[in-house]
Amino acid sequence: MATRDEIVDQIAGFALFADLTTPQLERIAHMFEEEVFPEGARVLRQGLSGSAFYIILDGEAEVVIDGTQRATLARGDFFGEVSILLGEAPGADIVASRPLRTLVLAGPAVKGVLVDNPPLMFRMLQAQARRLRNANRWRS
Amino acid sequence: MAELSQAGGTGAADPRPFPPGEYPVVVVGSGAGAIQASYSLGRHGVPHAVVSADPAPGGMFRRWPFFQRLLSWTKPYAPVERDSPAYERYDWNSLLGEGPDERAIMPDLMDGSSYFPSRPEMELNLATFVERSGLRIRHDCRWTATRHEDGPDGGRFVLETTDGEYRANVLVFAVGVAEPYAPSTPGIELAAHYADTRPAETYAGKRVFIMGKQNSGFELATGLLPWARRIVLCSPSPAKLSVNTKSLVGVRARYVQPFEDHVLGGGVAVLDASIGAIVRGAETGSDAPFVVTVRPSDGGEEMPIEVDEVISATGFVTPLLDLPTLGVATFGQAKLPAQTPYWESASVPGIYFAGTIGQGSAGLKKHGLPANSGAVHGARYNARVLAGHIARTLGSADPVAERALLPAGGLAETILRELATAPELWHQRAYLAKVISLDPDVGPREEGVVPLAAFVDGMGDDGDGNALAITLEADGSGAIYPVLYLRRGGKVEERPIEPDALLRFDTPATRARIASILSEAGLG
Repeated sequence: MATRDEIVDQIAGFALFADLTTPQLERIAHMFEEEVFPEGARVLRQGLSGSAFYIILDGEAEVVIDGTQRATLARGDFFGEVSILLGEAPGADIVASRPLRTLVLAGPAVKGVLVDNPPLMFRMLQAQARRLRNANRWRS
Repeated sequence: MAELSQAGGTGAADPRPFPPGEYPVVVVGSGAGAIQASYSLGRHGVPHAVVSADPAPGGMFRRWPFFQRLLSWTKPYAPVERDSPAYERYDWNSLLGEGPDERAIMPDLMDGSSYFPSRPEMELNLATFVERSGLRIRHDCRWTATRHEDGPDGGRFVLETTDGEYRANVLVFAVGVAEPYAPSTPGIELAAHYADTRPAETYAGKRVFIMGKQNSGFELATGLLPWARRIVLCSPSPAKLSVNTKSLVGVRARYVQPFEDHVLGGGVAVLDASIGAIVRGAETGSDAPFVVTVRPSDGGEEMPIEVDEVISATGFVTPLLDLPTLGVATFGQAKLPAQTPYWESASVPGIYFAGTIGQGSAGLKKHGLPANSGAVHGARYNARVLAGHIARTLGSADPVAERALLPAGGLAETILRELATAPELWHQRAYLAKVISLDPDVGPREEGVVPLAAFVDGMGDDGDGNALAITLEADGSGAIYPVLYLRRGGKVEERPIEPDALLRFDTPATRARIASILSEAGLG
């Protein structure tokens, strides 16, 4: 469990939030909620609509597409944003491979948070660019 | 299975039920969640004890809401008859009974001045349900500690109370989220908590600073509008209003008046700012009793605010005593226990939660909309499903299970009936589902109500075979619409049905869509 103050301290060290001031971090920490998942629990479900954006505070999760494990996510990683940005159901299951503690932001709130915090949007864009580059390298 | 042994009671003269001893299940609490859980366990034939620290039924409603009126409505005059399950859509406060005099108790107790019952009316509603249903509760028996002891059959829990020790394989805690929480803001000891707010008239002419912009903060501000000279409501993020979120997320409409006062410049200030510190005015050279320093969330300059009173409306935490030591994992500011879809501790099997604590089992929370598990009109259905699950887990007879085979060609009509009348689908949207199993050797069969999160993961009491789940859902746009989930070969797909502006679920368009979905699934 974590208080808002503890959450602010934790996310301040994540690359995604690196450019935000303390008041901005506090405001964002109040918009996210903490959610925990036991080992084996599904966090996102491939094909089911209405999902959310998650940031991993502790633990590990697997990205599973059509039953095949594709990647592992850990502390500081985030997921769920692609389906929200595109207005589609998630294209993968995210499964807790160890007890998972996350911050979650409801899908409909994501756009507002990004627009209100351009440095956060830039960092997310940077992360997406890296993922795209890596995917292109993998294909080539 | 009867009460196995009873020892260490408080003497033959003690008229209270459930003396310390051994029981299959012990329920802790006497609020709405505990009462519904006990009633439903009884209906499923599960022997159990109920213990509570309080002297009478009612739980949090024996004291709160502070200004003595609920947020949840009961409409005495609704479009459907009071004795039908569909009436529960309009009555958020009665508990769920089977007998005619156990149903829809709340509307008969209201005085007509509001469709939000008063706190005393709600307390009477719960006490009346207990009386009419003959529920037994051991009051004035406080849970003090918990431990686990090993035994030949895997061990059991020991619940220590002020009356002695209870032993059980299953514990159900329905003790509310009722312990005041105060943040670590410097000077927080100078603030009173919401729970310690004084009578409104004692704030006459005062400048009041309220920490927190959720319902409890706005409730206080609303009650203090006729008395306080100035009111400041402050927290880092903007206030959400339920009329904007089109859900129960945010400040409810009846507490929005301070917000209008703020935007019209009437003397209320609603600030988006972090609270740096609370100090006594004398320390800063101010004549005011207290000075609160705030930093606007948009990056503006730090501001000192002189006030006479500071109230912390920063919420409550779950009073779990030593359960975390026993291994019960918790999360979030409210220290809610992490739970399975069936409200069992995710880390200590055999420990379950009912009532408002059940909101720790968030379900799919589609589109960011939570279930209503934190309120009576959601928790009452959770408790009923929980009782059935515990009965199944313990192997008790299950006399009320609805596992009727559906007549050939009756599937569409069953779906339409459930959509139109099933109150648990209405109140627990995208959270509780009516499930129909589709075993080709047996035919369509009703499996009752299952948490949707359990159904989509194939971990519900209905199993993981081919099945259909029926839900009502919302997406924050204001629409409420049906969704069918098809589970085939372990894979689940959702099929939403177009919303109807008048919330009718038996229109020709809905019928046609359901027929099309059933046909797609080879069930037409």
